[in-house]
Amino acid sequence: MNHTIAEMMMPAARSKITLRYKWGVSEASFRKILYLAGLILLVLLVAILFSLVVASLPALRQFGLSFLIGKTWDPVRGEFGALAFLVGTLMSSFMALVIAMVFSLPASIFLGEYFPHGRVSGFMKSIIELLAGIPSVIYGFWGLFLLVPMVRGLETAVGVPPQGVGIFTASLVLAVMIIPYAASIGTEVISLVPADLKEAALSLGATRFEVIRKVVLPYASSGIFAGILLALGRALGETMAVTMVIGNSNFLPQSIFSPGNTMASVIANEFTEATGHLYLASLIELALVLFIVTTVINILGKLIIRKMGTRK
Amino acid sequence: MNRMAETAISRRIRVDKLFKALVIILSVSSIVPMFLILFMIVKNGVSVIDWQFISHLPKPVGEAGGGIANAIWGTLILIGLSFVFSVPLGVLGGIFLSEYRESKLAYLIRLSVEILQGIPSIVIGIIAYVWVVMAMGSFSALSGGVALGIMMLPVIVMATEETLKLVPDSLREASLALGVPYSRTIMKVILPAGLSGILSGILLGIARVAGETAPLLFTAFGSPFMNLNILKPINSLPLTIFNYATSPYPDWHALAWGASFVLIAFVLGLNLITKLVTKRWKVQF
Repeated sequence: MNHTIAEMMMPAARSKITLRYKWGVSEASFRKILYLAGLILLVLLVAILFSLVVASLPALRQFGLSFLIGKTWDPVRGEFGALAFLVGTLMSSFMALVIAMVFSLPASIFLGEYFPHGRVSGFMKSIIELLAGIPSVIYGFWGLFLLVPMVRGLETAVGVPPQGVGIFTASLVLAVMIIPYAASIGTEVISLVPADLKEAALSLGATRFEVIRKVVLPYASSGIFAGILLALGRALGETMAVTMVIGNSNFLPQSIFSPGNTMASVIANEFTEATGHLYLASLIELALVLFIVTTVINILGKLIIRKMGTRK
Repeated sequence: MNRMAETAISRRIRVDKLFKALVIILSVSSIVPMFLILFMIVKNGVSVIDWQFISHLPKPVGEAGGGIANAIWGTLILIGLSFVFSVPLGVLGGIFLSEYRESKLAYLIRLSVEILQGIPSIVIGIIAYVWVVMAMGSFSALSGGVALGIMMLPVIVMATEETLKLVPDSLREASLALGVPYSRTIMKVILPAGLSGILSGILLGIARVAGETAPLLFTAFGSPFMNLNILKPINSLPLTIFNYATSPYPDWHALAWGASFVLIAFVLGLNLITKLVTKRWKVQF
């Protein structure tokens, strides 16, 4: 970034000494570049929201709020109601959350309370880190070839149509994907519990279990809740793994085993084939809803965690 | 009386032990999927991989052989593009946040970076579609690079900010006291001191986007040909895995396992290198 022509033409008029280097950046413009970079980050977010709104305007105008409660999604007749996808998203995410909690909470207690240091916990922690780094398409692939046959067996045993793919399978894959996330946040908040509180309870004769139940968990509860929120934010927006195992049906799911679609998976499935203005705009409106919901959930979760970190 | 008290205590101890056992069992079983995934990929993937797999183009169904060379090159090109889009902006933004950390603007920017990080990847794909694909009129590697760049950006900003915050003020003051101007102090003193953190942030960002599929579905789109032109559709490893895994042909499933092996080796390798970088190059203050 160089000086403006006016500045260069009258150097004597400027009392400020300007330093320049071989790459031609002066002190003042260096600060400007920094500011600019920061501003671009802010503008980027605003522009994303703006673009989503503008691109989904045709659908917003046409359907209004009935978009969210309409039961039929029929691209041929130009009727777009997203209720089936909302239900599919909520069902798969909440089931995944419940399944994940059964494992992530014990894992957080294990790593945050029982074995905060040492080789075993170091090993566990790096495995959990690796688990979080596996691409979601690989989770989906794995789910397709391992979980789908297993669920099919389960469905035969229970006596429902053995399709294998469906909302239940999607929740299983999602659960595996969010366990490392929830567990690492849980570990962090549980290890924040002050030692003197725990020692006070122990000195009164409480067992380790009673300390965990009556002191550690209540103290960490808001942080654990925040961890659940952040994991939920992950699950809601997860696309590939879900798309591969959920069965891709645009009808309102009848049971937890029936095939369905989430907001993210229907976008992934239909976006490239979407012909027509309204179809595209409806899919983009789904993305807008997804964006707003995940953003609110993420901000809430982070606020709670920040509050927890500053509590003394 | 004494007996009763004793049984109450032994019951509590039993509950305590039971709970600990339960916690250990459940937490150990929470890492089982990791081994299952790695096991399946290694078992099914290794046998597929040979020189031809890495160096040849895919063949039509039914023909033996064929490789994923186009996907490997495509992934590298996409990573390169996203690097160009995100690293300079991300590092500068991170410097801004750490230099002006108290300002109101910095607070707003920090918030928006956090929101950016939480945006579902499919939404980013739509944004890149609206901004680049619609504007240029065709799917392209460039649009995929934009999508991945937006995904990498928050990781790099946060890593840069976190690292630079840890650089002690005494370093900066020493440099300024010697008469070194502000911009030089930042570029030659503060940044090098935080290099390992920034580098590991970049590597983590690459690891994050290398496996992304959703933002590429309608930007980079995929292509069965070798393509090095960034204005045309391009293939990538995750896209290949997705297309082959959801196809009905066992031959293609085998290729997908092979591609998964290559991808996971790349991503986990990057994670490992990141750890080494942080350990080896960390400047202690």
